This record gives sequence, C-alpha cells and structure tokens, in this order.
Amino acid sequence: MLTQINQKYLKIVIFTLSLIPIFFIIYQIITNQLGPEPIKEITHHTGKSTLYFIIITLAMTPLKKITKLNIWINYRRMFGLFIFFYASVHLMTYVGLDYRFDLASIGDDIIKKKYIFIGFSAWLLLIPLAITSNKRMIKILKEKWKKLHRLIYLISLFGAIHYLWLVKRDLTEPLIFLVVLIILLAFRFRFNAN
Amino acid sequence: MKNYKYYEITPEKIYNKRRNFVKSFGLGLGSLTLGSASLLNNAHALKNNSELTSYKDITTYNNYYEFGTAKGDPYKNSQGFKVRPWNISIEGEVENPITLSADEILSLYPSEEKIYRLRCVEGWSMVIPWMGFSLSKLLNKVSIKNDAKFVEFESVYDPEQMKGQRYPVLNWPYREGLRIDEAMHSLTTVVTGLYGKTLPNQNGAPLRILVPWKYGFKSAKAIVKIKLVKKMPTSSWMKASPREYGFYSNVNPNVNHPRWSQASERVVGGGLLSPRIETQMFNGYGDDVANLYSGMDLKKNF
Repeated sequence: MLTQINQKYLKIVIFTLSLIPIFFIIYQIITNQLGPEPIKEITHHTGKSTLYFIIITLAMTPLKKITKLNIWINYRRMFGLFIFFYASVHLMTYVGLDYRFDLASIGDDIIKKKYIFIGFSAWLLLIPLAITSNKRMIKILKEKWKKLHRLIYLISLFGAIHYLWLVKRDLTEPLIFLVVLIILLAFRFRFNAN
Repeated sequence: MKNYKYYEITPEKIYNKRRNFVKSFGLGLGSLTLGSASLLNNAHALKNNSELTSYKDITTYNNYYEFGTAKGDPYKNSQGFKVRPWNISIEGEVENPITLSADEILSLYPSEEKIYRLRCVEGWSMVIPWMGFSLSKLLNKVSIKNDAKFVEFESVYDPEQMKGQRYPVLNWPYREGLRIDEAMHSLTTVVTGLYGKTLPNQNGAPLRILVPWKYGFKSAKAIVKIKLVKKMPTSSWMKASPREYGFYSNVNPNVNHPRWSQASERVVGGGLLSPRIETQMFNGYGDDVANLYSGMDLKKNF
C-alpha cells in the first residue's frame, strides 16, 4: 500500500500531468503552430480536453470496484475540477477570443444554435458541482451532496450531444466518446441494480 | 499556362507589393475625388476585406473531402494526383455537345487575374487572386437549348487516387449546380490558377468552378462534366443534409445555419487577435448579382 507521503506526491504528479493539455496549447500559441485558424484550434483542443476529463473522472468509481482499491477515489474530485477548468477555458475562448465579448451575438448563438445551447447548459450545471466540491460542503449537504453530484451524468451526456451536434459530417470521434461514456454510465446502473 | 508565364516567376512578396501599389494608387484617386473621409473609409475596408490571403494558407487550409475531411488533408493527400490527361464534357440540353481536354480549354480561353473573396459556410473567409475566365465563354461554345434551365457540375470520381472517396462521407462523385442565369453571370469563373501559378491539386486542379457570391462548397473542384438540364439538380450537400444546405446557398447573413454563424466570419490568416468581420449579403457582390433574385424569398430559397 502507498504511504500517506507517497500519496501526497502522487497527487502533485497527477495535478501536474492534468495541466499538460493547457501547457501544450500555450506552447503551440507561443511557437505559432496553430495554423491559419488558431482560435478554432484552441476551441477544439480545450473542448476535447474537457471531454477527456469527463471520461477520466467517471472512470474512477468503476476502477475502484474492478481493482478493489480505494485509492482511485482520492483523485476523483481533482479530475472533476479539471472538467470545470477546461470547460471554462473552452467557454472563454469562444466568448473572449472568438466573439470578443460581443454578448448580443453570443446570446443569439445560444438561442439559435442547439449545440451551443446544450454546451452552455452543461457549463452552467458544472458551477454548483464546482462550488460544492470541498469537504465542508460534503459535510453540510450530506445525502443531498451525492444526489447533487449525480448531475455529472447528465452533464456528460450534454457534452456528448454538444459534440455530436457540432460535427459537420464525420461522426466517428463523437460516437467513440458517446460509446465510452455509455459504458461508464451503464456500469453504475449495473452496480446499483446489484 | 502560356498566358501567365511572367507571373509564374513572380514571388509572392513582390506580387503582394505590386498589388499594394495598385491599391494605393486606387486609394489616391478615390481621395482626390471624394475627399479625405473616403480615404479613411477605403483604408479601413481594405484592411479588413482586401488583404490577400497568403499562398500558404490558400493551399494548405482546404475543404476538399475527396482527399480527406481534415483541413490539411487535401494538401497532404493530393500531391501525386494526376491532372493529365483530363477531359471535360459539356452535354445535356445543348445543340453541340463537346469534349475538350484541359489543355484545349486553357489555350482557347486566356486566363486573367480575378481577385474574389471566398466565404466558407463554416464561417471563415479568404481573399484569393485566382486566374481564370468566365464560364459563360465556355458555355457559349455549345449553343444551349431553350429548355435548359440549370447547369450541373460533376467532379471527378477516382477512389484509387482520392482517398476520401473510399468512404461514403458524401454521395460521390461530388455534384453541384447553378441556375442558368447564375452560370452565365460574368462573375462565375472557370478557375485555372491562383497567385499567377498553375492551380494546385488541393485547390481543384486542373479546372474548378468559382461562384464568389455563394458559399464555397457551391464551387465544384476538378470538374469532368458540365451538363445542361431542365430540372434543378440535387447537389451532394443537398443530398447529405437538405435542411442545412439549399440549392442556392447564397452568402446571406440573415439565414441562420444550425452550426456556424452566418452573420459574421473570421478572415483566415489574421492570427489569434484578429476580430470577426460582418458577413455581407451575397459576400459583398450584391451590386452585381442581387438582380438575379429579385422577387425571390431568399430565406425560403436558401
């Protein structure tokens, strides 16, 4: 078993590794490697990073059950907060870089484009989860906390639909994400049924 | 090709300088007649709209699904594509159907430089110095029958050479169409080159169509057949998603698309801090083409 000190180091290592996607895109911006449409590249990259962290976060409970090790759960909150982090950078790229805070156009997009509507909704739903992610809130909310944080299942599906709706023609990647997501969600229903 | 040998040895930088010289000359004249206010306006308009997109961006950032769906795929996968021998047939409702080779077409119709804006349905745009000639010149050769109402363009089908055609991403071969008056309009161009050079494979070599007031996908690449028909043809994109892609597909900021903003666009190559610009009706060619659609509901006929 890992000692407490080792676990602390592991946490720092995992935290640093989780920052790789953002450092990677910053490096590409600085070295001018993003090609003719850099804003689109940043938007896609941060969006995909969000989806990866959704998968990682939702994989922790199944991994715990399969390996019968509790250690996975220690990192679930951190991964969950990285979902919020990358989703926020993704949203800010769209709001700030792409639309230059042109709120009228953004509002128009949210109403008229269903993929933006569902993506924005997913981000809004992440806010209460991020706010209540600390230990104090767990204690205060008790059983309600568990119920509240089940919202992530809905949010993850919103993310999958957001991706499916925005793709022009080749649905391969969003479908792969959806299949992985469904497997992870099905795992929960199976265990709950048991 | 013989017609622009001189340009072929002109490097891009000098080419741009020459263009800037012509532009500033034009500006000077404008300011003489209209005063300094118009100079400022023009300068602004030029900055946002008329800066030529770089040769590199035009030739490495392409939508050409025959060579793959990623923007860099056409450049990567089209370098070995054979554009000779190449024949184009003009058939259907015509008195004299004909098949011409690409070289015959190039020698029959001298190319001139035509700088047009290209607006992609995905919300990005370029300003491209094409080489080409008006399609009407080619169509006049075959004597169109009176009952021909539309023109259908068919692109080449060659999955051996075109990787993307091995997958049913679209209904191959690529088809596009125009109403006959649209096809005969002087802005509708048969493109033979860009930046004074032979047309690169990834941009639709050997010959492509260019309809500057419509979204980019209306401009079929690597065409092998031009068919005059009585009924409105169904284009590949109409077949793929009739709700999203209409027959006309005129650039129109007032017609919403489920995925991309059509009210504004980003000019490719401006970098991280370049702002969106407002998309203009008919991509800015309204003075030339709006009369083609008088009395039509362009929201219905999108």
